[in-house]
Amino acid sequence: MAQTHRTHIRFLLNDRTVELSGFAPDLTLLDWLRLDRRLTGTKEGCAEGDCGACTVLVGRMDNGVLTYETVNACIRFVGSLDATHVVTVEHLNRPDGALSAVQQAMVDLHGSQCGFCTPGIVASLHALWLADPEPTEADIERQLQGNLCRCTGYEPIVKAALAAARTIPSEDNDRLVRAYAETVETLTALADGARVTIDSERGTTYLPADVDDLAELYEAHPGATIVAGSTDVGLWVTKHMRDIAPVILIGHLDGLKEIGLDEDGLTLGAGVSYTAARGALVSAFPQMAELWDRIGGEQVRNMGTIGGNIANGSPIGDTPPPLIALDATVTLRKGSSRRTLPLEAFFLDYGKQDRQKGEFVESVFVPALDEEAFFAVYKISKRRDEDISALCAAFRVTLDGEGLVASARIAFGGMAGTPKRARAAEAALLGRAWTWDTIQQARQQLASDYQPLSDWRASAEYRMLTAQNLLIRFFLETCGAPARIERRPALAEA
Amino acid sequence: MTHHKPRSKTEIRGGAHATRQHDSAHKHVTGSADYIDDMAEPAGILHGYLGLSDRAHARIVSLDLDAVRASDGVVAVLTGADVPGSNDISPTGRNDEPVLAENEVLFHGQPVFAVIAETREKARRAAKKAVFTYEDLPHVTDVRAAVDADYPYVTDPLKLERGDVEAGLAAAPLRLKGDMRIGGQDHFYLEGHIAMAIPGEDDEVTVWSSTQHPSEVQHMVAHALGTVSNAVTVQVRRMGGGFGGKETQSNQFAAIAAIAAKKLNRAVKIRPDRDDDMIITGKRHDFVVDYDVGYDEAGVIHALDASFAARCGFSSDLSGPVTDRALFHADNCYFYQDVRLRSKPMMTNTVSNTAFRGFGGPQGMLGGERVIEEVAYALGRDPLEIRKANFYGGQGRDITPYHQKVEDNIIARIVEDLEVSTDYQARRAEIIDFNAGSPVVRRGIALTPVKFGISFTATWYNQAGALVHVYQDGSIHLNHGGTEMGQGLNTKVAQVLAEEFQVDLDTIRITATTTGKVPNTSATAASSGTDLNGMAAANAAQQIKARLIGFASEKFSVPPEQVEFIPNHVRIGNELLAFGDFIKMAYQARIQLSAAGFYKTPDIHWDRAKGMGRPFYYFAYGAAVSEVSIDTLTGEYQVDRVDVLHDAGRSLNPALDIGQIEGAFVQGMGWLTTEELWWDDKGRLRTHAPSTYKIPLASDRPPVFNVRLADWSENREPTIRRSKAVGEPPFMLPISVLEALGMAVASIADYQISPRLDAPATPERVLMAVERLKALAAGDGAEG
Repeated sequence: MAQTHRTHIRFLLNDRTVELSGFAPDLTLLDWLRLDRRLTGTKEGCAEGDCGACTVLVGRMDNGVLTYETVNACIRFVGSLDATHVVTVEHLNRPDGALSAVQQAMVDLHGSQCGFCTPGIVASLHALWLADPEPTEADIERQLQGNLCRCTGYEPIVKAALAAARTIPSEDNDRLVRAYAETVETLTALADGARVTIDSERGTTYLPADVDDLAELYEAHPGATIVAGSTDVGLWVTKHMRDIAPVILIGHLDGLKEIGLDEDGLTLGAGVSYTAARGALVSAFPQMAELWDRIGGEQVRNMGTIGGNIANGSPIGDTPPPLIALDATVTLRKGSSRRTLPLEAFFLDYGKQDRQKGEFVESVFVPALDEEAFFAVYKISKRRDEDISALCAAFRVTLDGEGLVASARIAFGGMAGTPKRARAAEAALLGRAWTWDTIQQARQQLASDYQPLSDWRASAEYRMLTAQNLLIRFFLETCGAPARIERRPALAEA
Repeated sequence: MTHHKPRSKTEIRGGAHATRQHDSAHKHVTGSADYIDDMAEPAGILHGYLGLSDRAHARIVSLDLDAVRASDGVVAVLTGADVPGSNDISPTGRNDEPVLAENEVLFHGQPVFAVIAETREKARRAAKKAVFTYEDLPHVTDVRAAVDADYPYVTDPLKLERGDVEAGLAAAPLRLKGDMRIGGQDHFYLEGHIAMAIPGEDDEVTVWSSTQHPSEVQHMVAHALGTVSNAVTVQVRRMGGGFGGKETQSNQFAAIAAIAAKKLNRAVKIRPDRDDDMIITGKRHDFVVDYDVGYDEAGVIHALDASFAARCGFSSDLSGPVTDRALFHADNCYFYQDVRLRSKPMMTNTVSNTAFRGFGGPQGMLGGERVIEEVAYALGRDPLEIRKANFYGGQGRDITPYHQKVEDNIIARIVEDLEVSTDYQARRAEIIDFNAGSPVVRRGIALTPVKFGISFTATWYNQAGALVHVYQDGSIHLNHGGTEMGQGLNTKVAQVLAEEFQVDLDTIRITATTTGKVPNTSATAASSGTDLNGMAAANAAQQIKARLIGFASEKFSVPPEQVEFIPNHVRIGNELLAFGDFIKMAYQARIQLSAAGFYKTPDIHWDRAKGMGRPFYYFAYGAAVSEVSIDTLTGEYQVDRVDVLHDAGRSLNPALDIGQIEGAFVQGMGWLTTEELWWDDKGRLRTHAPSTYKIPLASDRPPVFNVRLADWSENREPTIRRSKAVGEPPFMLPISVLEALGMAVASIADYQISPRLDAPATPERVLMAVERLKALAAGDGAEG
């Protein structure tokens, strides 16, 4: 139960506290910055979270620690900023007004040409500079996956990031470091645990006080749009101009951000971002690391959540195939009642999930993997990073004492209207010897499991052939044979 | 601010050939560089949004705009009927491109009406409320389909011919034919199109336009308003990228904003959403190249007959000169004894394609390089050997298909330097060895050259103006006809001026391009910005200097030769004066301290009807070695290493030139790899946002990326400080990436079958090429 109510949000914008009420549920941070505050350093390049020209930093308290992350202001709703610190490029120079280490390196090394992507790149690199004293080229590339530059070819930008790292962030050279203690105090005070209700002509925004309050609100407003990271819903607004009110924002709820890792497996709250999940997930399932770093760009991984990727039911979401292969379960909640079902059963049909009115995804549980199990995830996309999968494959196979296949779970995204298991291929493996011949037979069965579509990401023919070939890759890798391009040295450092 | 700093007498800071930062770098990194959408808006400004067709080809039976007009915040709705002047913005005067389409729509996404409302959001929401009734007409989007359907040309085709190609082909010992598909490319400038029109008195209007061609915007706005050019002022301080996409494509937005502003007597701004920008505006032309080549066992090409069909879209736009330039570059660095090249500028029901870095040259060159590759694989040889066997050079082997003599040829030296310095031969041998033992991953390497012709082929475009004022405190105001889109043009022109006056670079202030200061300018395009505007600025400075020398000579009674501009000072006989003090003296003596400079490129001419002339003042050269890996199970790949040696003549600013080369390389690599335009069967472009259209990322850039300037090179023509243009030529260096991918594919069939990898080489195309070679290798390996 919410103890207190508010009808406004409060947050820090650069060095000032802002109090806002009466705004529309779909007001984006970018529009507010540019149109209302006339902070025009932050640019609109695509309005869909793909180009990074609108990158700003958002600081928030995470278990008592103030952490700054990059986000795409273009698809971030203003309501979600309650009790955060929004930092724009106008606030990234040094306290004495001189250029920051990142800015100076960008100037010295010719990191800008047309300059339009530059404020976003400066913001992304500033976040890296604060967080990582010795970034490798791979770290920098990963940090910049969500920042497009069309002029420079990125070479001088990467060099600038390396050069900036030679300066250590300090109270003298960085406003955020200088104000750190004060900001912690302010943000802590702002997070008062109240339920926030913002009414506007265009509908209502709710920020529930906690998960119980969310359950209560959603039962009362089952037609509401639940928004966690807004990496998908943001586009409903900026691209489709859909009315999404009323909106229930959940990105701030600590109760949905719990991560539990024990010998039984990994539990992830629905509100855990890709970034937050990475550590526990990669320690439990190191085979997921590469996929994880190829979901969206850094900004999207900071915003997007596990629950959102599942709840939106996309056939091309990147987390369902591996989670299905790992036999994950999902827990749904409505009011005070909960039910748990296998994740694969949650996806009924294209655009349709087993979710009742007023019910929301609360958490996901991924059982631990047997040490002997073979497990791999492969994402295939036109561009390696920050692209949507043409197809995504996950394989989990265990062998018995005689080398015969004891269990097989294969799941693909991008091959059907939902993330879907390859039952026929699995059947062709079960009980057979783990050999090239068995693989060839299972490979043929994928053609009866899936009838993929042709679209701009890939033709049906390519999808099927590649799906079949990925089974070969999986087999070769379980045999220890080299079966894919060794990531170039710069990236292997990461 | 200029005369308080200590100024060196021995050297200036930021003269010609010095490495200097982009003049706006400090503003870029702090977010204080203003683009048009960042400017303070005039009071009462309104916002426009365009309503688009959703048919590829149809007659508009009716258009019901009642709901649009009734929508919240709407002030006005404009259609073609509301255009007060001519409803036409065709840059070639063919009257084939309406501001707003009437009666018939010719591509999916063609602007039909404009909503003007209190906010951009309200205008955008209202624009969705139109009710169209169409009568569908047949449509064609594909180039080959357009040729097969006998679709018309949008403009006159060109033929370049030398020798007797029929006889040459018949006499050649060996012969092969083939075709190649080359994809288009979206510019993906980070700043989308935008125009802000501010009405003035009488018929006057000022338009801030994100454009590479303010003079054309001026003319088009006047044309659409039914007025004359002196009523229209067009301005631009900087663009967030252009790449050719803002050469003609800005006209539409500027014209509509101006029409609305004059009609409503309010300022009006139009900025389409990224998706609409990509749908509404033209792109690089897709091509299908058909070739028939005669050659010998040594790999020497005797005769080439090739046609270049282009997806031009619904109107001519710049498709004439673009397809011409494709033909001009089909030879690249190679001499063809007998040759015939023909363009087919095909109309299609797609957005009208336009200028894009290289302007057809890359597609022509890629077709020519495909021919080299075919000959090489047919003979089982390294394509580099075939290249060298065909280089221009030697008696009678220096005439292009357009009958221009290649007089400044340095390609052999560049290629040899690169081949040796990058250890090409040993690396190639190692890769062949690696491939033999690697079932899944295959590698490839390729060295490809570039020769790119510099000058607008429309000869009259090769002119420029500049306006230079020296104020009485010695500070200098620079304005020229070029536009700044990130390439550093302003910086380079200011360096030229600093060198002329022998003053530090920060003495010079660069100001927004405006048609009110320098008239009748050419587009900042064809890599010509510095060549033309740098010369014009130098000319202006020389005029002022001549007056100053005359003044000093008279006043100090010394011969003119004893008046010398030395760093930040002027030496007059035995007197040494600070530049600012000298200027003040000149001002008080009533010397005119302002000049309009002018330049026109000499010695160029072009007779299109005959296909003969000297269209290019000079050529810029370069070469690159690229090394790649591919995965033969999935078609995925990565570029492992790139080495570039490029000719920028005597570089005006090595850092900016290297920036152009690196940027062009990665952009060209995107064109040839992951950037794919995809239309569905309804003629709708489905790759119209960064979520679906994939330009290179930082992680796509080559992890080893060595770029060198050929520092020994000097332009043999008297260009500005003997430099060479650098905007476009390096865009073609990544043809080496495509060819390296091709070699990795060709390893499947032991390099005996041409991989015929079309562009863009997406992972899908790579995998399908692998499959094709597997099938051919399993058969008899022969191919027609």
